Amino acid sequence: MKAIRDSYADTLVELANEYDFYVMDADLAKATKTITFKKAFPDRFIEMGIAEANMYGYAAGIATCGMPVFASTFSAFAAGRAYDQIRNSIAYPHNHVIIAATHGGILVGGDGGSHQCLEDIALMRAIPEMTVLCPCDDAETRACVKAALLHDGPVYLRLGRSEVPSLFEHVAFEIGKGNVLRDGKDVAIIAVGEVVYRAAKAAEFLAGEGVEAAVISMASIKPIDQEMIRYYAQKTGHVLTVEDHNVQGGLGGAVSEVLARCCPTPMAMLGSQDRFGRSGDPEELAKLYGIDPQSIADSAMRLLDR
Amino acid sequence: MPTMEEIRQLKATALQLRRDALTALYHAGSGHPGGAMSMTEILTVLYFKEMNIRPEQPDWADRDRFVLSKGHACPTYYAALARRGYFDVEVLNTLRKADSILQGHPDMGKTPGVDMSTGSLGQGLSAAAGMALYAKKQGKDFRVYCILGDGECAEGQIWEAAMSAAHFGLNNLVAFLDANHLQIDGRVDDVMNIYPMDEKFRAFGWTVLETDGHSIPQLIHAVELAKCSDKPVFILCHTTKGKGVSFMEDRADWHGAAVTKDVLDRAMAELDGKERV
Repeated sequence: MKAIRDSYADTLVELANEYDFYVMDADLAKATKTITFKKAFPDRFIEMGIAEANMYGYAAGIATCGMPVFASTFSAFAAGRAYDQIRNSIAYPHNHVIIAATHGGILVGGDGGSHQCLEDIALMRAIPEMTVLCPCDDAETRACVKAALLHDGPVYLRLGRSEVPSLFEHVAFEIGKGNVLRDGKDVAIIAVGEVVYRAAKAAEFLAGEGVEAAVISMASIKPIDQEMIRYYAQKTGHVLTVEDHNVQGGLGGAVSEVLARCCPTPMAMLGSQDRFGRSGDPEELAKLYGIDPQSIADSAMRLLDR
Repeated sequence: MPTMEEIRQLKATALQLRRDALTALYHAGSGHPGGAMSMTEILTVLYFKEMNIRPEQPDWADRDRFVLSKGHACPTYYAALARRGYFDVEVLNTLRKADSILQGHPDMGKTPGVDMSTGSLGQGLSAAAGMALYAKKQGKDFRVYCILGDGECAEGQIWEAAMSAAHFGLNNLVAFLDANHLQIDGRVDDVMNIYPMDEKFRAFGWTVLETDGHSIPQLIHAVELAKCSDKPVFILCHTTKGKGVSFMEDRADWHGAAVTKDVLDRAMAELDGKERV
């Protein structure tokens, strides 16, 4: 078990030996884990204080000089508070800034709805030419962080807070490609981030009921893997999306946009059903919002009308 | 010290930038003349006297940088870039047209010489400070200049940037305030009073200088003085919106009014008259 935010920080330290870049934070280095990088490379870490708009402006200015920047804070204060700076100073001029945001979604737990950003994927996905990534485990996170660094242009990287099991031993991650965790012919469960392992558990429950569920980690939310979505929609005839995010504009929205264009397929979308989050134990909240393994399995059964 | 001849030439350049900008605005059919006119001398001093740049190599890594935080005032900025040789002067009259390299607000991806895209007010100083911090961390000695509008200083991000630039000791950063005291809805004092700006920036830890923003010798003196500061430098430039065209001067209406043929003819006649004096 390892938290995705820790995988992020460890990867930054590894990459720093080979590549030149800066890391910034807005007084949340202990929570986003960029403190790990700060300890290893103090001269390449920039503390910006509690001023996210200014941080993303600085990041853009540094990036214009040819230096990539990872700028971290919580999702709500990146995609939310600094939306206009990300749009106008980073994305529109195509500056190579990686907006690496932790604490998205209800799995944040106790901090409650103010901090549980349920719309960051939607906001970032709607910005033209923005790349949006959300990895599910250690291996995928390592691959995503490296891909974001080598990518030419802005990237929004959504990073989970809680500990998750390793799902992939090795990931040949590519922006625009999904990763198949489990093959299946009855239903395709497409998930992102910390809920992917819950979807994998759901698939085990479903196997016990004689249902073969495919499980896909769609870490590359934008550009999304249209070919893979089409393939599994046609193969299984049933698509279930799972995300710790509002289904409106999130992964559910993104997958349905693909299916509506290529092959309309019965779908169910799990995640926040247009409701804000609340304080609570993450596992308890997962059940309340229907993204725990049992709820995912139950939804799949309903989708299959069994 | 600049020679009299040098100052005479810089004044002529400022006049030319005004003519170029108004002509471009006439061809565009829309845009922002008032704030473009008020910062003309600041641009002239930066691009034709002070900045260490290579127009034939716009992305030269060690160049001085410029960020126009009040991006809407770009017509005189584009004129300065064209007259400095970044692109052909004829291109100025494609301003705001589809397929033009000259967008309604500065776009670093489209226009050679533009160091940062701006337009959403209040963001330029943070980017400029980021460039200055990069220079410090990399041991490079390039300088970064930024022009702020006074109206845009109502944006909170300006003050986040001001605080952080002093915190990082960015004495390679110079911010000019184009203090023309007018914004779209009226006088800055009435819309949202941001003054006194000298006291505010001093309190934020900057060196504060004050000058006539239309006096080329005074501006040169201020920019030279700024090089001796151990803190970021704020130059409060007293300016007149619409400067150079009598019927545009100190009138909020000319923030974003179209330059028609009649307006252009009258304005050019005035500017031509100034040249003969």
